Amino acid sequence: MSLPWHDHADALPPPRTLADVAARLRARAVLMSHTAGTPHLGSCLSCADIVAAAYWRVLRLDPQRPEAPERDRFILSKGHAAVTLYAALAHRGFFPASRLATYNGNGDALAEHPGPGCAPGVEAATGSLGHGLPMALGMALAGRIQGRNHRVYALLSDGECNEGSVWEAAMLAPAQRLGNVCVIVDYNKWQATGRSDETLALAPLRDKWASFGWSAHEVDGHDPDALAALMDRLPDGSGRPVALIAHTVKGKGVSFMEDDNNWHYRIPKAEEAAAALKELGQEAMLAATPMVRA
Amino acid sequence: MRNAFADEITRLAGADPRVVLLSGDIGNRLFDPYKAAAPERFFNAGVAEANMIGMAAGMALSGLRPVAYTITPFITTRCLEQIRVDVCYHRAPVVIVGVGSGLGYASLGATHHSCEDMAFLRALPGMTVIAPADAWEVRAALRAALAHDGPVYLRIGKKGEPQVHTGVPTDFAIGRGLVVDEGDGICLLAAGTILPVARDTAALLRDQGFSVRLVSLHTVKPLDTALLEDSFARFRAVATVEEHSLIGGLGGAVAEWLADRDPLTAPPVRARLARFGTRDEFLHTAGKQGYARAHFGLTADAIAGRLAALAAV
Repeated sequence: MSLPWHDHADALPPPRTLADVAARLRARAVLMSHTAGTPHLGSCLSCADIVAAAYWRVLRLDPQRPEAPERDRFILSKGHAAVTLYAALAHRGFFPASRLATYNGNGDALAEHPGPGCAPGVEAATGSLGHGLPMALGMALAGRIQGRNHRVYALLSDGECNEGSVWEAAMLAPAQRLGNVCVIVDYNKWQATGRSDETLALAPLRDKWASFGWSAHEVDGHDPDALAALMDRLPDGSGRPVALIAHTVKGKGVSFMEDDNNWHYRIPKAEEAAAALKELGQEAMLAATPMVRA
Repeated sequence: MRNAFADEITRLAGADPRVVLLSGDIGNRLFDPYKAAAPERFFNAGVAEANMIGMAAGMALSGLRPVAYTITPFITTRCLEQIRVDVCYHRAPVVIVGVGSGLGYASLGATHHSCEDMAFLRALPGMTVIAPADAWEVRAALRAALAHDGPVYLRIGKKGEPQVHTGVPTDFAIGRGLVVDEGDGICLLAAGTILPVARDTAALLRDQGFSVRLVSLHTVKPLDTALLEDSFARFRAVATVEEHSLIGGLGGAVAEWLADRDPLTAPPVRARLARFGTRDEFLHTAGKQGYARAHFGLTADAIAGRLAALAAV
């Protein structure tokens, strides 16, 4: 069985597995970072399996009706991984994948962080950390008031858990018994300038969320099938919101980027991007993409 | 004013199922009638204002009309970035209500004063800023705010403020000043609960033979530019009066407007501008609201004295 993949010039066969989807999202992120010269690639790569699981397995969405009131919501609270979200939305069919080619150009709607209404399927503007979860709670409470049972997912970074507003929201959600809210923390162990567990005392992260009243689980953040199974089990019957602590590797999928925090800001050169796509098994995408940045 | 707010929001929530009230753990018993009428649309968001504003934005993006309420500095400066990003950037129709604005909580100390809130919120793109003068204007402003398709900040007082109007002003509209008394010599433009002080000022000036126009310029953004054009063209002096810093509030907005008029096309200005507000300092002493106003020269005597001298020149 193949999965949907809306293409433009790549002429790729449809993917068969979530892992294949994630590899393609990673390759697309590398190319967009290279072409547009934009940073945060390590963070874009660490969350690719989570995003693939969400958009290709979990979320009840119709790309043809992106504003359907009953849709599930996915908020990329770690807005600096916008490229992964844009790639997912485009290749899932929310907008033409050709739009990715002009990403971050002067006057283009797709910027380094997602703006409000910048593209179909983008639920909220993010970029300043600690904003996505409170907005997600508002959307979940709205669903309750309006008699809808949509689910709301918020993808946070571990560095983002530095923000006090995350923990304000973390206390409110169980108090309101928001069992249709799921937080996924992309726990790649780095933030912009240091180890996340050393910058602020983040660990034990699962225990923190559990002690705040969440149904908290640790999961391999690079096992999209395991992620999808946990994300889809929402509400999980406990009456509590769900927190998934997804253990990930920053820069995952490209050996010379993995766990190297220089790739928080570095932009891949043409030969680095080419090597990354080969390692990701995306030679076909590489062949279809002109390399412009030496 | 807060009782009028609580009563009016209860009525509006009864009439519109999209209305939601969020409170930052204040208003003990105040919202009991609301909670009885619409329990599923009331949330005590706790002492967590950033999350409260984010939630309100999420609700607005889902088609609801949330109203978020707590003490002014905590719902403005405390969570300014949430207002900027979650509300204004999304053009989300959230009504933000600050209670005890200006020096309304004078005796609680400067942590609870808000003489900078309008400056901050006025600078946010798309934000409407309204400072109702009395309980009647609170009702009118809340109705207008919920009918407005965009973010609105309502800067209200506390309780027991003197009334200026005798009922809900039927001609209340966002961006349109309410002329309380007409005149043609000195024009007093007041925003918020200081309006009764401006009214007393007008009485003192009239005793000295001046003809005084008194305006409730409740909407500080967007300004009533037609009223300003008329006032600056016809009057000898125009004064702004507010319980807010001279930096960035009503007086700041009017001065900006005056400076930015196109000198080639705008009608000539006759009036001198005088601005009355709080100085660039915190209040470090205890006292009631009247004491705090006097500290900043916001009394009818002080204002009338300066204006009489100005208009006589």
